[in-house]
Amino acid sequence: MTQAAQPVAAPPPPALDERMGRRSGLARLFARPEAGAVAGAIVIYIFFFAVAPPFRYADSFSSVLYVTSTYGLMATPVALLMIGGEFDLSAGVAVTSSALTASLFSYEFTTNVWIGVLVALAEALLIGFLNGWIVVKTGIPSFLVTLGTFFMLQGLNIALTQTITNQVSSPDISTLQGYSSAQKVFSASFTIAGVNVRTSVLYWIAFFLIATWILLRTRVGNWIFSVGGSPASARAAGVPVARMKISLFMAVGLMGWFTGMHTLFLFDTIQAGQGIGNEFVYIIAAVVGGCLLTGGYGSAVGAAIGALIFGMVNQGIVYAGWNPDWFQFFVGLLLLGAILLNTFIRRRAEARI
Amino acid sequence: MLFTRERQRRSFVYAALLAVAVLVLAACSSTGGKKAAEQATNVAAGKANTPHYTIAMITHASPGDTFWDIIRAGATAAAAKDNITLRYSNDDDPTKQAALIQDAVNAHVNGIAVTDPNPQALCPTIQKARAAGIPVVMFNAGVANWQQCGGMSYFGQDESIAGVAAGKRLAAAGAKHVLCVLQTQGQVQLEARCAGVKQGLGSEGTMTKLYVNGTDNASMLSSMAAKLTQDKTIDAVITLGAPVALVAIQSLSQAHSSAKLYTFDTNAEEISKIKSGAVQWAVDQQPYLQGYESVDSLWLYLTNGDVLGGGQTVLTGPSFIDSSNVAQVATYAERGTR
Repeated sequence: MTQAAQPVAAPPPPALDERMGRRSGLARLFARPEAGAVAGAIVIYIFFFAVAPPFRYADSFSSVLYVTSTYGLMATPVALLMIGGEFDLSAGVAVTSSALTASLFSYEFTTNVWIGVLVALAEALLIGFLNGWIVVKTGIPSFLVTLGTFFMLQGLNIALTQTITNQVSSPDISTLQGYSSAQKVFSASFTIAGVNVRTSVLYWIAFFLIATWILLRTRVGNWIFSVGGSPASARAAGVPVARMKISLFMAVGLMGWFTGMHTLFLFDTIQAGQGIGNEFVYIIAAVVGGCLLTGGYGSAVGAAIGALIFGMVNQGIVYAGWNPDWFQFFVGLLLLGAILLNTFIRRRAEARI
Repeated sequence: MLFTRERQRRSFVYAALLAVAVLVLAACSSTGGKKAAEQATNVAAGKANTPHYTIAMITHASPGDTFWDIIRAGATAAAAKDNITLRYSNDDDPTKQAALIQDAVNAHVNGIAVTDPNPQALCPTIQKARAAGIPVVMFNAGVANWQQCGGMSYFGQDESIAGVAAGKRLAAAGAKHVLCVLQTQGQVQLEARCAGVKQGLGSEGTMTKLYVNGTDNASMLSSMAAKLTQDKTIDAVITLGAPVALVAIQSLSQAHSSAKLYTFDTNAEEISKIKSGAVQWAVDQQPYLQGYESVDSLWLYLTNGDVLGGGQTVLTGPSFIDSSNVAQVATYAERGTR
């Protein structure tokens, strides 16, 4: 084990360097990674508020928040991983792998579903560990390593489900013991002021707040930034780079497990082909939220807002009743617009420093 | 300090492992699960002593679509009966499916059963198979072009006819505004179904299309709920696949919609929803029959020179599964053959 590193104490400030100059509060606000995303989210909210009447109801917005939460739960660890300088393309199908593991295990062995849930947790953490371990040990870019695991998991999901159940969806587990308590934990909903809200929204908010706290207020947070920004100097400063990266991959696995459990207990059965393509949504949410593809920069709040933008666009287009043939086009157009606005604001903010 | 932390961590891991072990021992479920599932009585009919053949079945099934499980179950049952080795492969990308057909030709299989969702891309390769002297039967998709492509027989449902039948039945049930939910964009047979529904409704009602992301349940749930919220005049929802129908049940409750739910195609879970009344009826094209007949007719051709259909489409649907016949179908669905 490497020696635990305390952050290097800052040298005494040299007299009047322009980098130490005070900036106005507003400029500092705009220089935050998520500033552009916040502006984009506000613009898109106002836009759909104007063009799509159903968008104005609290019930509809709760539905927007729900979609957001299913993406946001994953976008949060994916953002941390990106700040740490790595990608995980297997994140989308890993969600389905977890759900299938839990469901097939508890069904085939007729156990309490909580056992399946725990087995799935172990499986998800193992996959995260393997992703990270291969990346760290071989130095092969995570883009390639996780592309491999993406295909492998996709194949395993189909092949194992088919072998075990003779069909491509998991059996109904709603009659197993422990189902109702697991459902209460992972995919409950409650009514507040006449509006139905799913608990996944609260989990999502809690998780991105925790992630933000870790990033901005803890030593681990500093490590994540330094590992992604410059692994060599991070290592020189005593940061356990390898362990940090593996932990980040495992964090993605952990949240993939959580999201998988949510989906499983909402729908009772899972089709083995689910989740393909979602890995890009997670990455898009993180990038719209200010994460750099090169690592070392970004924020968890930003990823949450990126997911919110995606959720609003997804639902807003349907609420607006636009021609469905154009749906994908509009999704792409609005996301591109959000990214452009984001970049524009960041450039302006940086120019002012 | 490092040492103690390491030890603490290790004892935590042991504690967690112990907890899991205790839970596993104490936590068998006495309800549901595999133990409760009925022992499947398969459709088995002995085994022929005719020469051994190899038949390739190549479909456009997308990964994870339960519909194809039933087709495959039918094909497997026929192959077992007919002393045939079945090579099943699938790809929902037409170019890759064409490559799979070419692979089967190169392997000199004794017969090919193929679906044709995209005649422009697949016909040339299917014709090559015929040119190489391999008998080809077609099923499920490609009803408009199968003769030109060189198929001997075709087993399937004419999606337009099925759509029209569904539309007429919807009109009879009093539907005024039908939402047709497509789980994939740009597939002819799905479009044909919705167009058929519109035609069948005639002047009785209108049809609106909605595309959803078939690989993401949460997204499908929310898209359908959003559409139902946006347009309160929708009084009927028809989905084009069984897994979508299962999600639509939740969309209806989330949107507080009183619209009735109908669907094309079935699986075991969905049949149970017809039983419970959450789904009104399903258009059934009898996929088991399509898979079974494709293999069995090739066997008849190889062993006896028989050709089924007389150059005409052999229709396997549409039939309807509703409250009147669901009890009977349910027992078959549970073993995966309906």
